[in-house]
Amino acid sequence: MSEPTTTPPLSAEHVRTELRRFLEERTKTDWAADTDLFATGGVSSLFAMELVVHVEKTFGIAVEGPDLRIDNFRTVNAMTDLVLRLAEAGSGE
Amino acid sequence: MTEEDPTPRLAVLGAGVMGVSITTLALEHGVPVVLVETDPAKRADAPARIERELRTAQLMGVRSGKPRAELVTGASVADCADADVVIEAITEDADLKIAALTEVSHTVDEDTALVTNTSSIPVDELAAKLPRPEALLGVHFMNPSYLIRTVEVIRGSRTSSRAADSVGRLLTALGRRGVFVGDGPGFVTSRVLHRMINDAARVVQEGRASAEDVDTLMQDCLGHRTGPLRTADLIGIDNLVDSLRVLHERTGDEGCRPCELLLRKVAAGEHGRKSGKGFYTYTGVLS
Repeated sequence: MSEPTTTPPLSAEHVRTELRRFLEERTKTDWAADTDLFATGGVSSLFAMELVVHVEKTFGIAVEGPDLRIDNFRTVNAMTDLVLRLAEAGSGE
Repeated sequence: MTEEDPTPRLAVLGAGVMGVSITTLALEHGVPVVLVETDPAKRADAPARIERELRTAQLMGVRSGKPRAELVTGASVADCADADVVIEAITEDADLKIAALTEVSHTVDEDTALVTNTSSIPVDELAAKLPRPEALLGVHFMNPSYLIRTVEVIRGSRTSSRAADSVGRLLTALGRRGVFVGDGPGFVTSRVLHRMINDAARVVQEGRASAEDVDTLMQDCLGHRTGPLRTADLIGIDNLVDSLRVLHERTGDEGCRPCELLLRKVAAGEHGRKSGKGFYTYTGVLS
């Protein structure tokens, strides 16, 4: 007999780990969570939209309106904050 | 465009990468666009592709803040009859461009300026085959057009001042700065860049460095913004090969003969970002 399952809330650690895994896979670089991905020249600004699409699909959120700005995707930590905030807002609806 | 409403009316031929990019730029600057595409599938998904580009423009903080203008898609050149400026952004093939621009010439008013977005074909070569050669000039928009504020403008030897003024008003409305250069194969940007990308691909073909390492060296040591091979993916490797062929045929420069690796990628359908794979793979952009 299976137990009823519920989706556990996202943890910051889980989001950070997933984002770093994706970035490492795509850029062949292990990024520290507070490194500016764009300032170092390691990530093209044209990759930014790929990041948005990945975050939306992976975490089931929609990044819209004023949230859709590059500063929210500048570091792994910034992306993590955004994901947690939008996921929490979504689950509260 | 009227005295009461100075906003130019723009028509764009071709809903490929550049047609969509130019249309995105215009719409978000409040310039309405009639986008003409004969391929039904491309025409059907053009609005969705434009939406994605508009999202990218917002992400990058380059939205003009103006109310977004109306997009109309059409299947026939007859749909651009009322335009002040018609920009062709179809395949880089002189015969196809001449055929399309000739059809446009028979459809629009004689005041309408015709623009070719060719990256390589001399403006005079196209103009010589048109019913109104004085209406044509070249404006080489880069991709993504909404991120790159400067465009290369090529005035042919027969281009009228009226056509040049009309295009000047459009560029002002689009917030772009035009740099006027002389006519000739590849003008300035393609003549310099495309040959360099061909050399970069040849280095990879010879097994001397990976695409990533070529781009890293060009970026980190020489200040190239995206790296030549990432740029090739952005241009579209099929378009790049077309352009290199134009350059090679018209200049005789062997450095412009498309290298084997580029030809193999085109044959394999690895056309760059738009196909999901080129020198790099792109998982997110197509979804």
